[in-house]
Amino acid sequence: MFPFVFEWSWAWDAGRIVFMGLLYMVLGAMGLGLLYAFVMTWLKLTGREELYERLWLRFPFTLW
Amino acid sequence: MDLALIPNGVQRCSLKTFVLWSLLWLALIAWGVVSAFLVFWKGLNQTNMNHYFAFGLWIVFDLSLIALGAGAFFTGFLTHIVGAVFIYSFRENLRAIINAAVVIGFICYSAAIAMLGVDIGQPLRAWFIFWHANVHSMLTEVTFCISAYLGVLTIEYLPLILSNRKLKQLPEFDIFGDTLHHVVALFAAVGTFLSFFHQGSLGGMFGVLFGRPFAFREGFFIWPWTFFLFIHSSIAAGPCFTLLCIWVTQKATGKQLVRKATFTLLAKISGWLLATYMIVKIADTIAWAYGVVPRAGLSFMDFYQAPYGVWLIIAEIGIFGVIPAIILITPKFRERDNLLVIGALMNVIGLVINRFVFSIQTLAVPVMPFDQFMTYFPSWQEWGIGFGVIGYGILIFALSYRYLPLFPQEPALNPVEVLGGVVTDSGAIKRS
Repeated sequence: MFPFVFEWSWAWDAGRIVFMGLLYMVLGAMGLGLLYAFVMTWLKLTGREELYERLWLRFPFTLW
Repeated sequence: MDLALIPNGVQRCSLKTFVLWSLLWLALIAWGVVSAFLVFWKGLNQTNMNHYFAFGLWIVFDLSLIALGAGAFFTGFLTHIVGAVFIYSFRENLRAIINAAVVIGFICYSAAIAMLGVDIGQPLRAWFIFWHANVHSMLTEVTFCISAYLGVLTIEYLPLILSNRKLKQLPEFDIFGDTLHHVVALFAAVGTFLSFFHQGSLGGMFGVLFGRPFAFREGFFIWPWTFFLFIHSSIAAGPCFTLLCIWVTQKATGKQLVRKATFTLLAKISGWLLATYMIVKIADTIAWAYGVVPRAGLSFMDFYQAPYGVWLIIAEIGIFGVIPAIILITPKFRERDNLLVIGALMNVIGLVINRFVFSIQTLAVPVMPFDQFMTYFPSWQEWGIGFGVIGYGILIFALSYRYLPLFPQEPALNPVEVLGGVVTDSGAIKRS
């Protein structure tokens, strides 16, 4: 699962690259979503309203 | 304290009544905990699983829970993605149930993972499947996907928990919950992606069993047809399970929680998905009977012996497949409350039979000339875990209903007067 686990191989293996690529893409999307929520909460709580408004995602990024 | 946690504008039973009612579910959970303790202490010999039945009741429960929990991802997909972009009009109906769908999904997936934790026998080594991932295994894909999707469901559940009346008073929680809900479409998209693959791979896992002609299927590229059939059946039954849970909650509370139009919409979506699923399922069964079966040197009836007789296929496809599909796609039938609920229940039962057949009957059919047709019945410890999970699910749903604004339409449908004025704001999540 990680490059430091002994089974990890950098050799070309389409199956592994697709599987791990999609896995880390999904985990990255989840992490980015959470990070965005944490940062926006911090901006709002610390009174950085202008930056908060600029970073507030609008359609189509929220599909809303 | 209890009253302070209940959302504005809704009525709940007294704490005493709620605690007494919860005792039954706590008893079921206690049975599950005792069973799990015995399995952890003494091992899997506490079950009736053996070398023939490596999959037992827990896997049937798992597969059924995961499929029925598909209502969460599919409703989220329709509400936050399809509804937002293409079909605007039905989104309002689905928004009335999306919170409940997320809670049901969370319950189903957390329960399924907890059961798997007991089922693997060595939970302390559960991390091996992540750490030393075999990327060519369908089970590895399922494990990654359901773990990640439980994370997605937890994130989707969080804004609802943080909209609790008391928690909302803390600005940190209020802003965080609101922001998280603002980007819920991202999580809905991730959830849809994950669900598509793990629902499919759960079916694909059986379809690639070359030595088990009952389950083996050809297919498209690396995916056997069961991959697509499992996705199709789960999105056909998931919304019906959500519908049933809400209907039972309405009956238990004596209140209307969502408008009738929402129920009929869910039934219509499920009905058409079930109808199309039935067509491809029947085609798949015919192709299997005339393709895989003769090539394996067997006849159709070799697979259907007591107690897993031919009645199972009649029940799965005919009684609990075609009939509910007809009920749910016919407007005059689904408009009638009783028929709508019967249709939804039959749809759910059909799905459970399908998962039972693939898990148990596949293993019951002999694969060696000296083997016999086997049968399996779970031990009380296995039932204990199963019923414990049911108790857990009902308790979590009841707690969510009591303390969170689960149904946004509830205050409007059941107005509560306080000091001469109607309270309409339950604290339900609103878009900024």
